[in-house]
Amino acid sequence: MAGKDCSDKLLVLVNISKSFGGVSALRGINLEIGYNEIVGLVGDNGAGKSTLIKIITGVHTPTTGEIYYKGQRITIHSVRRSRELGIETVYQERALADQQSLWRNMFAGREETNRFGFLRVRREKEETERLLRQYIGFTSKAITVDSEVKSLSGGEKQGIAIARALYFNADLILLDEPTVALSLSETQKVLDFVLDIKKRGKSAIFISHSIYHLYPVVDRFVIMDRGRIAGEFKKESITQEELIEKMFNLVRTGTLG
Amino acid sequence: MLKTVTRETKIEISIVIVFFLIYLLFLLGSPDVFTRFDIYYSFMSTIPFIGILALAMTFVVILGEMDLSFPSVLAFSAWVFGKVLELAGNVWLAAFASLATGVLAGLLNSLLIVKVRIPSLVATIGTQFFFRGLVNVCAEGKGISLVAAKDSLFYQICVGRLAGMIPAQAIWMFGLAVWFWFLLNRHRFGAHVLLVGDNKDSALMMGIEIDRVKTLVFTQMGFFAAFAGILSTLEVTYFWPSQGQGYLLTTLAAVFIGGTSVFGGKGTILGTFIGSLIIGSLEAGIIAIGLTGFWIQLIHGLIIMISVSIYSVILRKST
Repeated sequence: MAGKDCSDKLLVLVNISKSFGGVSALRGINLEIGYNEIVGLVGDNGAGKSTLIKIITGVHTPTTGEIYYKGQRITIHSVRRSRELGIETVYQERALADQQSLWRNMFAGREETNRFGFLRVRREKEETERLLRQYIGFTSKAITVDSEVKSLSGGEKQGIAIARALYFNADLILLDEPTVALSLSETQKVLDFVLDIKKRGKSAIFISHSIYHLYPVVDRFVIMDRGRIAGEFKKESITQEELIEKMFNLVRTGTLG
Repeated sequence: MLKTVTRETKIEISIVIVFFLIYLLFLLGSPDVFTRFDIYYSFMSTIPFIGILALAMTFVVILGEMDLSFPSVLAFSAWVFGKVLELAGNVWLAAFASLATGVLAGLLNSLLIVKVRIPSLVATIGTQFFFRGLVNVCAEGKGISLVAAKDSLFYQICVGRLAGMIPAQAIWMFGLAVWFWFLLNRHRFGAHVLLVGDNKDSALMMGIEIDRVKTLVFTQMGFFAAFAGILSTLEVTYFWPSQGQGYLLTTLAAVFIGGTSVFGGKGTILGTFIGSLIIGSLEAGIIAIGLTGFWIQLIHGLIIMISVSIYSVILRKST
């Protein structure tokens, strides 16, 4: 069979399944992510959201199914590979190494070095400085490129992780519950960073338990339930209240109703 | 660009102050001994063995791991050195075989830790006994004389005396300290060791090959254990089967006095260097200021408790 034509989409998953030792975590997932589209991925614990994300980042390989990225059929067999493709993940609170300085985190795994592997520290610091002041808009004098990450607030950490992904030209940013355990004002900061992804013409998959966090920033909702996609809604076609009602229906009756 | 005084800097300043206080105490307590060159000559010939081990160990600790096997690896590599020299008569070949043994021992540790997934503390308890046992079986309790090596260039490079005054091993320790400093603070390898030691999940998501980093760190530990073994056997031109015993806790103490965190993700090469100097000179210093040998361990303990307490306070304050 000839490959599917997916040239107008950034990422297309076709019939992706994944099982772990006979237990299926994902069953026949079909998902499309457009260029410059923010997709909200919702679903209860155990719905398969994390497994899906791990397949896209190359942590797991799918048992069956095809992945198309920018129109090309690809296999993602490692995290390194997904990053080369321009797919980047921002994980809850684990995105950054807490005890390391901002400049070390910014270039983690992508160090600027000479050909002997020695770091161009000055250049890395200057770039980080630029990113902090212009990109993220840090004005606080207390935070410098030499500051340890743990001196930042939760929202600022997520901001750094998102800015880092954008700086390295990620086309698809996977946000795995970035607002979990954050205060209201910190959550707002993260949501602003998500809007930034949209403004810069990039795409994202935003996983969250909170419809209230997702609704203002996403273009489309994908609802997962027990390893399947239970429904998809464009934001224009559904109000926040209707969406929440559907989620409740899903929990109560197993259908969106 | 704004500057931040990092915790490493604070810790390094503290250890330097502790170092000067201890030497001030030595100088006041025994000016005759500590104003003459002899004692420093003696230190320069003895300290580098644990110094080099402690420098290599710093990477293991920063990674959040532990290696208890290096004294035994040192002994077995030293035995290989002595035996090959005895049989083949070529000191370069002996050195190559010995260093290769150290590398293989490090790879064995890596295999157990990375592939079999045994925690390093447990895995290296096993290899610690294994290599010590191997020395016992191979050497059968007998030493090996290395007098034959004494006229070689290799001997001069390792433990010769520069201008009759500076032991070569001291130059090795200093040179390696500089090398390790650059490796940790200015090289991609050091950056990856810090990231993996700090946050494995983050390192993984940033595409760092954690298993490879771990393997390299344990392998270099084996290599430098063998190197320290060669140096210490050559210094006395004699291999003895209990070699390396007593190095374990002193080496770890040097790393921790130096301010490297047992939790991983942070460490200082300057700290380890100074820590080695402190640990290596305490014994002679204590005797020189007129205390009996019974005091040695007590003062060791005090120094460790005080320095580690200072770091703990520094770490808590600057969060």
